[in-house]
Parts: sequence; C-alpha cells; structure tokens
Amino acid sequence: MSPERAVERRGGLTQRAVRWVDDRTGSASGIRKVLRYVFPDHWTFLFGEIALYSFVVLVATGIFLTFFFEPSTAKTTYHGAYAPLEGATVSKAFASAMNLSFDVRGGLLMRQTHHWAALVFVAAITVHLMRIFFTGAFRKPRDINYYVGLTMLMLVIVEGYAGYSLLDDLLSGMGLAIGNAVALSFPIFGADLSNLIWDGQFPGSDAFASRLFIAHVLIFPVLIATLLTIHLILVALPHHTQFAGPGKTERNAVGTPLWPVYAFRSIGLLLAVSAVLFTLGGLVQINPIWQWGPYDPFRSTNAAQPDWYLGWLIGALRLMPPLEIRAFGSTLVPNPFFGGALFPMLLFAFLYAWPALERRITGDRGLHNLLERPRDNPLRTAVGSAVLTFCLIVFFAGSSDRIFLQFGIPYEGQVVVLRVVVLVAPVLVFFAVKRTCEELRRGESHPLRDFPGRVVRRTPGGGYEPEP
Amino acid sequence: MRRLELAIAGLLACSAVASIAFVVIYDSGADTQGLGIALGAALAFLAAALLIASRKLFLSTPVAEERPEFAQPPEDPGFTVGPAAEEAEELAGEIESPAEAITRRRLLVAAAGAAGTALGAALVVPAASLGPSLDDRLHRSPWRTGVRLVDEDDQPIAPAMIGERGFVTAFPEGVDKRELAAPLIVMHLNPSSLDLPAGREGWAPQGLVAYSKICTHAGCAVSIPRSPLYPDQAPRPALVCPCHYSTFDPAKGADVIFGPAGRALPQLPLSIGSDGTLVAAGELSGDVGPAWRGTRGVT
Repeated sequence: MSPERAVERRGGLTQRAVRWVDDRTGSASGIRKVLRYVFPDHWTFLFGEIALYSFVVLVATGIFLTFFFEPSTAKTTYHGAYAPLEGATVSKAFASAMNLSFDVRGGLLMRQTHHWAALVFVAAITVHLMRIFFTGAFRKPRDINYYVGLTMLMLVIVEGYAGYSLLDDLLSGMGLAIGNAVALSFPIFGADLSNLIWDGQFPGSDAFASRLFIAHVLIFPVLIATLLTIHLILVALPHHTQFAGPGKTERNAVGTPLWPVYAFRSIGLLLAVSAVLFTLGGLVQINPIWQWGPYDPFRSTNAAQPDWYLGWLIGALRLMPPLEIRAFGSTLVPNPFFGGALFPMLLFAFLYAWPALERRITGDRGLHNLLERPRDNPLRTAVGSAVLTFCLIVFFAGSSDRIFLQFGIPYEGQVVVLRVVVLVAPVLVFFAVKRTCEELRRGESHPLRDFPGRVVRRTPGGGYEPEP
Repeated sequence: MRRLELAIAGLLACSAVASIAFVVIYDSGADTQGLGIALGAALAFLAAALLIASRKLFLSTPVAEERPEFAQPPEDPGFTVGPAAEEAEELAGEIESPAEAITRRRLLVAAAGAAGTALGAALVVPAASLGPSLDDRLHRSPWRTGVRLVDEDDQPIAPAMIGERGFVTAFPEGVDKRELAAPLIVMHLNPSSLDLPAGREGWAPQGLVAYSKICTHAGCAVSIPRSPLYPDQAPRPALVCPCHYSTFDPAKGADVIFGPAGRALPQLPLSIGSDGTLVAAGELSGDVGPAWRGTRGVT
C-alpha cells in the first residue's frame, strides 16, 4: 500500500468501522437508507413497541430461568430456604421453582420480572390490536400483517398459559385441569386430543411436563420470534401508517428519521420498559407459588384467578349455563367447549374475517396509508366496540368471585345478571357508539376536507381582523 | 446546550452508579428488592438520558419520505395501474412461462397434489405416538365392592371423623391418590334430609354420602362444602367447585343446582365394615371428571 493511500484511508473511529463493514458487505448504501427511514409520530404507536421490548425482556429473563428449572413431575423432598415447606413431598418442577426463588441469587428477581413481562407483553399486544382495529390500520396493504399479528396474539396467549402451568403449583394444576377439560370437550376427537397431549389421562405422565417445557422454551418462542421478524419487515415494506395532517398524504410518510432521534428514543423506550419490568420484578410480588403450595388433582383453592389474559376464558366458562348436547348415549358437546373453545374461536374468526368483511360492506378495495380516527368509520367503530363490550363483560364475569369476597354481592346473583347483560349491552353499545361517531363527524371540520373557517389576525390594538 | 449536555452526563453517571450498586447488592446477599431497585434505576437513568437526548440534543424537523409504490386496483379513485402492477404481471409470466411446453399440465398438478397431501398425512401420523391408545382408560376407576376408604394419611375413615357440615377427602386404599377417579368427598348428612335418586337406597348408611371429588365440569377438585353464599344464607349443605362455581346438592345425589356443570357428581355406595370404618359397597354411579364423547352414567 502506498503512503498516500494509507493517509487517505485514515479517519475517525466511525469512518473506520463503517469502512470495515462496507469493505466486507457492500452494505453502506443500504444502511444509509435504513437510517433515513421515517417514523410518523403518534402516541398510540407506542403499544407495539412496548410489546416488542417486553418480548426482549422475556427472552433475556427466560434464558436465565431455564438454567435452574427442572421440568419434571417426579416426586422429591423439598429442602430449601422456605421453612414452611421444608421436608414436603413435591414435584421436581415445584422444588426447582422454589429453589430458583429462594436459593438462587437474583432468581426471584428474574422469575418475577419474567412473569410481569409476560403480563405487560400480552396487554401491550391487546391494546396495539385495538389501535390497529379502530384506526383502520389493518386495511390493504397491511391486512397481511394484521393476520400475522393476530396469529402472534394467539400463540402468545398459549405461550403464557404454558409458562405458568410449568411450575406445578396449585394454580398451574387447576389451570391445566381446566385446559384438559376444554381439550376433552372438543366434539369427536376431544378425548384423543387430551390423551395425546397429556400422554394418557390427566394429570398425565412425566412426558407431559417435558413437552410443556419444550413448547414453552423452544417451539412457541421460535414461532413468535419468526412471526415477529415477518411482522416488522411487513411494517417497513409499505412504511408506517400516519394520521392525516398538513403535508401528509397517502403517498408519503412524514415524521422522524431513524437516525438519530428515533433510534435514541426507541432505545430509550426499551430501557424504560425494562426499568419498569425489573422494578416490578424486584418490588411487587407476583405468583408466590409457596403460598399456593404444590398441586394434586384432589386439591383446589377458592377465589383462584388466572393471569389476566385468560380471564375472558374463565369468565366464559363461568357464565355459560349448564348446557351439554347429548344424543345416542354420547355427549356430543360437553359444556366447557362453549366457553373454553367456541368463544375464543369465534372471536378470532371475527378478527381474521373483518378486513375482508369490511371490504365487502364498503366496496373499498384500495390501498390506505392514512389512518382513520374511530369516528371516521362509525360502522367499524360500533361493531368493534360491541365485540369489545362483550369480551369485557365476560372478562369481568371471571372475577365475580373476587367481587363477592370483596363486596359481598352474592355470586349467583352476579352471574344471573351478567348472563343477560352480556347479550344486551353489546347491542346498546353498538347503537350508542355509531350515533356518537356520526354526531362527532357532523359537528366538526375534518382534516381530509378543506379548512372551513377563516384565518384571523391579531391587530396591534388587541382585537382580531380577518386575513385579507 | 452546555447545561443540557451536563444533565445528560449526570444521568449517565447515575446509571453507572446504580449498575455498580446492583453488583454490590448481588454480592452481599442478593436482596430481591435491592436488586430490583438498583437494576430498575440503572435502566431508568439510561432511558432518561437517551430520551432527553432524542428530544433536546439532536435538532430535528419532520421529514417527508416517499412510500414505495404498490400496485393499485384500477377502480380505486386517485390511483392508476403503475409500473408496480406491470412488474407483478411480468413476474407471474416469468414463473409460468417455463411450464408452457408441458402438455399434460392438469395431470401433473393433480399427481403432485396427491403426493403432497399423502406425504403430509404420513408426516402427521407419528403424532399418535404422543399418547398411549385411548382404550377404556377414561372409564376406569379403582372403586369396587369392599375397597376401604382411607384419608390423605392412609388412615381408615370412621363415621365419627366426619363433622355435620364439613367433609372428608377419601381415597381407595393402596391406590395412587393422583389418579383422577380416586378422590372422594364423604359427607355426613341428616338421613331424613336425603333424597337420593331411585335405586340408590342403602347407599348412604347413617346419612354418609360419598361423591367423586373431581368436578364434572372442568375437572377441578370440588373443595368448598357450602354454597358460594355465606353459610348462614345457605339453605342447605352444598358442594362447590372453586374454578367455575358449579354447585352440587349432596342430599340429592349431587345434582347440579347452580353453575356450568352438565351432570351430577358420580356417587359411590358406602357400607360400614365390621371394624366400623367405611368401605365401598359397589362402583361409582358414572364416569369421573369432565365430560367427553363417551361419558357414561349421565342421568
């Protein structure tokens, strides 16, 4: 190399690092494009990011947990720092979760943070889905990504359920017993399904514990991570949506470029989400399995509640009247099918079908990069609100026992009333929301239409005069 | 600007201090609360530094970026079929053209479809290895005439052990207590209050009734010996499952009186053995646990 060339190649650390990469990959122009990618701004865009960063925390804390947890229902004698259970016969899964919580340094922090992160993860996804639905962000060209997102939500709910079922404490056992009943309740193949999953009759063999573990730490996380990658690529290909506003059109994206402002903000958000989750994990107790104790099929506890994202399913199971369809000496449809399987299947079928339904109803098959406010599409907002109302009432029905314990309102009375309310309220909400949207639309200017008012100017004397 | 930079530097320094505190706490006993506060603070200070930097340190104005052009349906107002749509047509042509020379296209597609479907089916079949054959395992129960009832500590159960309103959980002697059909609820009721289904005469000596403890709704353990209402409001003894509050009437063959369960709890006929302890006087009146297509003993 000639001396001149050496001089020419010298530079700051950034230059040298970029050159090093570009010399080997030729990717400088691609990276430039990425750095200039524009993110439109709106506070509702935050939820997806919170979900993404909760997933990062979940993976990080989850890896730590796998080093200590032992997925086995084989019996062992508990020895550890938690004196009340000293010498108790428990499963290895339960014992290892106890040791992880009490004897591994930082173990309880990681376990609780993992649990909190799961709760926040599903919550963020759910709110994100509402944002996507009520602003019409699922319309073409993003309907494909909406389907990917819905699939992830289903996987995430099953993943969370598998996670808290692993520990073999009383609550996980009760949850699995219900899961088994829902599996058994499928018409025709239900018994075979349960038999295959549990390797025989519930509570199943030791093989079930390791299957559940592999599902929780490998199969579902890999599926979720793969779909997450596809989700982000499909966000970037047509670029982000944006709300209508000055200079914002269907053909552009107006906002903050990735470098440097958005990158700093987003990494800041990653750190802020992690800060909240680790603080919760350190300070706010969650799933204290030593208070529930180990599980046996003949044990249960009153006023048990699952993680929040299963509240709608337990609510549906509780609200359902004692209906079973029987014929020819066979139970064609056992009761848990309605609340535990049919209800979630119908809800997701509605969510998957909505983009196509809406295209058919409105005849609008075009591309849409501008978001709608909920009022801009009264029908969609009303239908969505009605479905949401139904789900929320069912969700609250899942906590009727807590309301009874807290406030003394008789449980049976609550259930009887809620069985009616859950059918009536969505209809009322539909009409109320539709009307409200229409009134709101009528009563004000619309950013997509021309500005209807007049521009005024402050006069030196303090008054106003119309702009000429 | 200088003060801003100093403030950010201060936050970064605080973050570093909190991280060091985390290590110190970890090394001296690893108190969970201390670890959470330290790590949370380290992350929060760093987050604050980056968020303030993104808002104040870098000057930024909104930038407009053109979106990539996607093909548009012709009927969509304001859009036309652009180069993007032509490219899609060309791509479709490029994929299809090599197949133009093939004459028996339909046959090949059908054969490939058959091969693919059959292979897919073949690959799914090994899923059956996951479980044993279903056989009659969901009907099985360890309860037979003469099987002794024991409690959780394997002690035989005498009628005197069972209180008036409460219940005892009983198991068949010498059987795995985790078996779903094993656990029973044994309750002591006033014999005059009993109103058991026809054919169950003599199943409840001295007013002692025994039912499967596994709820016929979703398989949780029925563990509350009363209505979800407070006892003083309860009209009579009841058995309640805490998962979905199915409520059964033990005086009437554990009939469902509230909640989602679709059928009564199976009952076990009891008798009192020569040593005064409880033994089974027959088999359970039906299948235990949540319903499936083959559930027997539905009344």
